Amino acid sequence: MEQKKQTDKGAEKVIEIKGLMKSFGNFHVLKGIDLDVYKGENLVVLGKSGTGKSVLIKIIVGLLTPDAGDVKVLGQLVDQITYKELLELRLKVGFSFQNSALYDSMTVRENLEFPLVRNQKNLTKAEVKHAVEEMLDAVGLLNTINQMPSELSGGQRKRIGIARTLILRPEIMLYDEPTAGLDPITCLEINNLINEVQTRFHTSSIVITHDLTCAKSVGNRVAMLLDGQFQRVGTFEEVFNTNDERVKPFYDYNFIQ
Amino acid sequence: MESKTEQPLEQEKEVKGPGRLSRMFLTLYDVYKFIARFFKEGFLPPYELKELFRQCYEIGYRSALLISTTGFITGIVFTKQSRPSLSEFGATSWLPSLVGIALLRTLAPLLTGLIAAGKVGSSIGAELGSMRVTEQIDAMEVSATNPFKFLVSTRVLAATITIPILTFYTAMVGMCGALLNVSLSENTSAKAFFQSSLEQITFLDFTASTIKAILFGFTIGVVGCYQGYNSSKGTEGVGKAANSAVVIAMFLIFIEEVVSVQFFSLFRT
Repeated sequence: MEQKKQTDKGAEKVIEIKGLMKSFGNFHVLKGIDLDVYKGENLVVLGKSGTGKSVLIKIIVGLLTPDAGDVKVLGQLVDQITYKELLELRLKVGFSFQNSALYDSMTVRENLEFPLVRNQKNLTKAEVKHAVEEMLDAVGLLNTINQMPSELSGGQRKRIGIARTLILRPEIMLYDEPTAGLDPITCLEINNLINEVQTRFHTSSIVITHDLTCAKSVGNRVAMLLDGQFQRVGTFEEVFNTNDERVKPFYDYNFIQ
Repeated sequence: MESKTEQPLEQEKEVKGPGRLSRMFLTLYDVYKFIARFFKEGFLPPYELKELFRQCYEIGYRSALLISTTGFITGIVFTKQSRPSLSEFGATSWLPSLVGIALLRTLAPLLTGLIAAGKVGSSIGAELGSMRVTEQIDAMEVSATNPFKFLVSTRVLAATITIPILTFYTAMVGMCGALLNVSLSENTSAKAFFQSSLEQITFLDFTASTIKAILFGFTIGVVGCYQGYNSSKGTEGVGKAANSAVVIAMFLIFIEEVVSVQFFSLFRT
């Protein structure tokens, strides 16, 4: 596995989170977390199921609102902007869902056209067609263009989901469990795709996962979310070079298994 | 702090735990906001005309066969059942106008509304519910598309436009059924039958029927969309959304029928 480049901490911050708190009733999911994401880096957020990893990125993209704290994305406080401004911000933030969330009544082509024609109204039909085919080619699935989502495999759906997100050329990518439920070979392909997206489209990303192979393969930095807070943030080695009993089992299980 | 997506979070709902009455008022307020959002966003550009026409076609296509059958049978049965009573008074010549008025004023709007509530309402509830639980609605949100406009506004408008058209279609098919029944027992031409039916129908009947059908269509669209758009709890939630969409829409249609009958009777001498 190729060693990922270290994050340039002198780079511009694309996401700044300070004192973020989120509770669902009496269940405190995020207990005042701080996090910065630098331009061009892939930051992996690791943690057990139910620790609030997905909640974190849903707050970043404005699908959920925080109880307290500041979430600044590309210089804008997400919970303080208008709905119109939020829609404009979302053009710059791509979100890849855990279950791909492809529109199942549309073909692959229509899935990719959907965000494009609604957000770039000046494009001609030929330009839309070209953009869709180019993006499908980038994820290696041009041959599925006329298929329905139900005809695709799990890995293909993930790739199409990523392609649909990338078609708007976002500056930031948020991946929610990109390798969940996939076989090891497909996981490897998705990891490679995430790295390729980073270099080819110059995106900064947050990757939510509990798959350490994915974390090691795609992350410039890793942040370990435990008990509602980031307990360890650093390179993969820095995070797991510890005797912390809450972190060690995570590593042991993933790699010993 | 208000949610940007107005997506209810199940955990939040459960823990707040207001009483049943408070919950009812909260839901009513939520429905009011939903309807207000439809009027605020539904008529402003960008227009989703392609999706609107697709929904109109879907609603019409989905209900056409069932409505045709039901309307036709209703026409036959109503005529058959009314004939003996009219015969007692030697007033069988009034049969076409009786059937025409009954169909236009009440039977056609009510039948169409109830059938559409079952066919269309459940389908909208299930479709949007399934899109909610599989995060397709969230996917629209994050791709900078307003899902309310694309999914809700188009469906509510389509139901509001299509149900009145289906209502008049039901009335027409019902009249054909009535004609069949009349033709089997006496020698009446189709022209004379329709002439006799239509001459008793007033502009008020036509207007009242149209207004009722618009109201029923709007109700079916709003209830189906509200239930589906706000569904949760996975597949169980989808089933619940589809079921509630039908039950609530039917209940509201009956209430609207009673109220509108009272209201329009004020204008009749």
